[in-house]
Amino acid sequence: MDKGYEPVIGLEVHVQLATASKMFCGCNAAAFGHEPNTLTCPICTGQPGVLPVINQQAVEFAIMAGLALNCRIASFTKWDRKNYHYPDLPKGYQISQYDLPLAVNGWVMVETNAEQKRIGIRRAHLEEDTGKLVHRGDHSLVDLNRAGVPLLEIVTEPDIRSAEEAYDFLTKLRTLLRYLKISTADMEKGAMRCEPNISLRPAGTNEWGTLTEIKNLNSFRSVRAALAYETTRQENVLTTGGRVKRLTMGWDEQRNITFPQRSKETANDYRYFPEPDLPPLVVQPEWLDRLRSQLPELPDVVKARFVVDYGLSDYDAAVLVADQAVARFFQDAMAACPAQEPVDRHAQAKTISNWITGDLFRLMNECGLAVEEMRMTPAELVGLVNLVRRGAISTGTAREVLAEMVKQGDSAEAIVQRRELAQISDQGTLEGIAGQVIENHPGEVAQYLSGKESLLQWLMGQVMRTTQGKANPARVLALLKEKLEAKRSGQP
Amino acid sequence: MKLYELCLTEAQALLQAGEISSVELTRAVLERISAVEPMVHAFLYCNCEQALVDAQRADVRRSAGGPVSPLLGIPLAIKDIIHVRGIPTTCGSRILEHYVPTFNATVIDRLQAAGAVLLGKTNTDEFAMGSSTENSAFGPTCNPWDLSRVPGGSSGGSAAAVAAYMALGALGSDTGGSVRQPAALCGVVGIKPTYGVVSRYGLVAFASSLDQIGTFGRTVADAALVLQTIAGHDPLDSTSLTDPVPDYVERLKKTDGLNGVRVGLPREYMVGGMQPQVEAVVLEATATLEELGAELVEISLPHTPYALPVYYLIAPAEASANLARYDGMRYGLRITGKDLWDTYHLTRGEGFGPEVIRRIMLGTYALSAGYYDAYYIKAQKARTLIRQDLERAFEKVDVIAAPTTPRTAFRIGEMVNDPLQMYLQDVFTLSTNLAGICGLSVPCGFASVNAADPGASTDLPVGLQLIGPALGEPELLRVAHVYEQATSWHQRSAPL
Repeated sequence: MDKGYEPVIGLEVHVQLATASKMFCGCNAAAFGHEPNTLTCPICTGQPGVLPVINQQAVEFAIMAGLALNCRIASFTKWDRKNYHYPDLPKGYQISQYDLPLAVNGWVMVETNAEQKRIGIRRAHLEEDTGKLVHRGDHSLVDLNRAGVPLLEIVTEPDIRSAEEAYDFLTKLRTLLRYLKISTADMEKGAMRCEPNISLRPAGTNEWGTLTEIKNLNSFRSVRAALAYETTRQENVLTTGGRVKRLTMGWDEQRNITFPQRSKETANDYRYFPEPDLPPLVVQPEWLDRLRSQLPELPDVVKARFVVDYGLSDYDAAVLVADQAVARFFQDAMAACPAQEPVDRHAQAKTISNWITGDLFRLMNECGLAVEEMRMTPAELVGLVNLVRRGAISTGTAREVLAEMVKQGDSAEAIVQRRELAQISDQGTLEGIAGQVIENHPGEVAQYLSGKESLLQWLMGQVMRTTQGKANPARVLALLKEKLEAKRSGQP
Repeated sequence: MKLYELCLTEAQALLQAGEISSVELTRAVLERISAVEPMVHAFLYCNCEQALVDAQRADVRRSAGGPVSPLLGIPLAIKDIIHVRGIPTTCGSRILEHYVPTFNATVIDRLQAAGAVLLGKTNTDEFAMGSSTENSAFGPTCNPWDLSRVPGGSSGGSAAAVAAYMALGALGSDTGGSVRQPAALCGVVGIKPTYGVVSRYGLVAFASSLDQIGTFGRTVADAALVLQTIAGHDPLDSTSLTDPVPDYVERLKKTDGLNGVRVGLPREYMVGGMQPQVEAVVLEATATLEELGAELVEISLPHTPYALPVYYLIAPAEASANLARYDGMRYGLRITGKDLWDTYHLTRGEGFGPEVIRRIMLGTYALSAGYYDAYYIKAQKARTLIRQDLERAFEKVDVIAAPTTPRTAFRIGEMVNDPLQMYLQDVFTLSTNLAGICGLSVPCGFASVNAADPGASTDLPVGLQLIGPALGEPELLRVAHVYEQATSWHQRSAPL
């Protein structure tokens, strides 16, 4: 930064785990989009006399996340009560983990502007979600569908140095969570929530400035925008000789500014103490080993493999692995490439990667389809690519065919056949058509021969028009040249 | 003999022999309730009609033949802190005055599956916080032996109901002595099982790491039969033990007296502040144990003096969180104020009685930043020492014998303005809860109060407390049973 300050950013991320049931009861945990208070029971509404029972799947998901974040998984972890009153908190305390979290001391590699950086993970622990308040005029309503949904709270070290890095960290984290299939990690739907804290310090020093926390951010973009705004705001305060106040800031999505929400001068006393209703959790080495062995191949590994095995560029590989389903689609496509054909495998990989990240992404976007929702199989994409490579259709035709494949779900061959899109490559046919065009346009031919070479493209256009675009362009070009040169040298 | 005077075991034999029906028995008990409940006030809710329906069902089930539970058709009372689906659970509190649970406690599921007849819900100190039932928002229960006196607490309603023949057995809850102390003061048997033997699901929490449902009966065998039915692992309670439940009642039949049984007498339990008559009666009881073949061994539990302060840090700390849910938002009392915080203050301020408020404040304080280490953490460390004292003692002895309470039932109102004096009533029972082990109180004699004026004297029951190691119930119950059968204290009736 030119003024000589650098931001020091840490993130607190809450992730809703995609378990079948809630953290401590049997209620459906897929709370989004249901009628209020329909996914509740005596336990998650905090009736007198109920007791929590730990959801094993939630613990396993949390351990998997911990492993993917390179954390140390605690062999002994316990539950604590975090006490505070609010109408969305049915028991008057939240069951969480305080001093012995499930996972500690991890890291994630994040790439920002082509530079790799290691962001530390301080801890990750399990807790239960609260309900939701709905404000209506002079009163408020409580919806407890979400109360008790398992949350994984991930706290980073203050290693992040820019709003962009924070954005890239979140993107990477989302990718990891989706690879693990433990969360939808959809921030817009509240399945992932992020509360950044930020302070500024003279660049290059180890000072700690006064930090502010930013709340109610509901997209990665708003996290980035709020941090960028807050960086500038704090910088202005400091360069004009002011003092940054320790505050909780809100984010105004419309005006794109942060605003003070409440003072943090007096910290809340949550009176944490060990949850007497739940025995401590001992993570046996065998259990940990089993979970470790069940981890999927993670994006960094897949990416490295794509670069080595298929000769893809770092960039291409990164784009492909950002979505596990896309990476799998690519890999399945590569597997479907006929091995016996004497083609450069790296060139083939590059071609398929280009088709996926170019036309296919555009089409998916247009149709609002995720790759796994598409009817087209990876092998069918390879079929299309092969038609182009063999010259059976042109690239332009292939684009049309792909659109139809995505929308209709037919194979490339079937579409080409049905719509008679196959390229005319037959020498005799093409020769006849080319000869006809030359004969029908003596003026243009004469101009060409007298040096206006651009007319070659025009003549080619005539051939394509005659064949409704099906003529093999390379052959047509060669034929036209051959015939025109023959004319020039006076041959018949 | 009147049917309601039958003890549970006798009634079960007559029912099984077809000599009486559950409807007859239940009707007799309900009539007894009508006669003496106005004086005793043991119940907060009487389930009369449903009880007769259940009794009828029990008779039908018995007539169908086949094996039945010993509790089939037996009328029992339930402390009003344990949920019975569809009837109110007040916990003796205004804040839950109209609360009706939609689910059964696990123990109620088990009693109903056994075919027991549930007579109603019994009085309790508010949220089980107290030693006299005077902290009930709905008025105190009177001791059947002297209506001017308290029955003990917090399960005073259950103890009084059993002592006054208004139930053949009852459930209570014991967090620091709340089953054993009223059992002693009412002259009945009360068992506090090992922590985790009985599911706490559906027991409204006071102090989760100490709470345990216990049973009352007029004999050890009666209380053991009820315990037998409700004990055992419950997947809904993560602190419930997975150990199989031994056949307690079968073990009572082992008849070689107390030969070879080592009974520990803790030095620290027999000093200072005790009512002399109580001390004398308890010493006589230990002499009886010796006559029955037991070997008396003096033991030391050096951390005993810390039990009371430790308990009054840990129990209120847990309670302060457990009672946070009574905020007027979803159920129970709500007094709407000018804003959210005003509503909280009004609701909780009006809804809770002074003792509950006192404990919430104590507990909140003990957990507060800056005090947590000095109070809560230190109390937990001392709790470990108390448990280790007892574990070491049980390397040398099979059971420990001690007074259940330092004195007999006191007068209603006598201690209400002296909470410390009230807390001292549990001084002998608290360690058992802190250590998570088992204990019981069995009638061991009577103390004559007002001895100076023999004309106005009243005989009040005294309890012998027997304490066993974790899961030591079978031997604990057997020792108590042998003692009880060799004495006649349990056969005396309250003069109602």
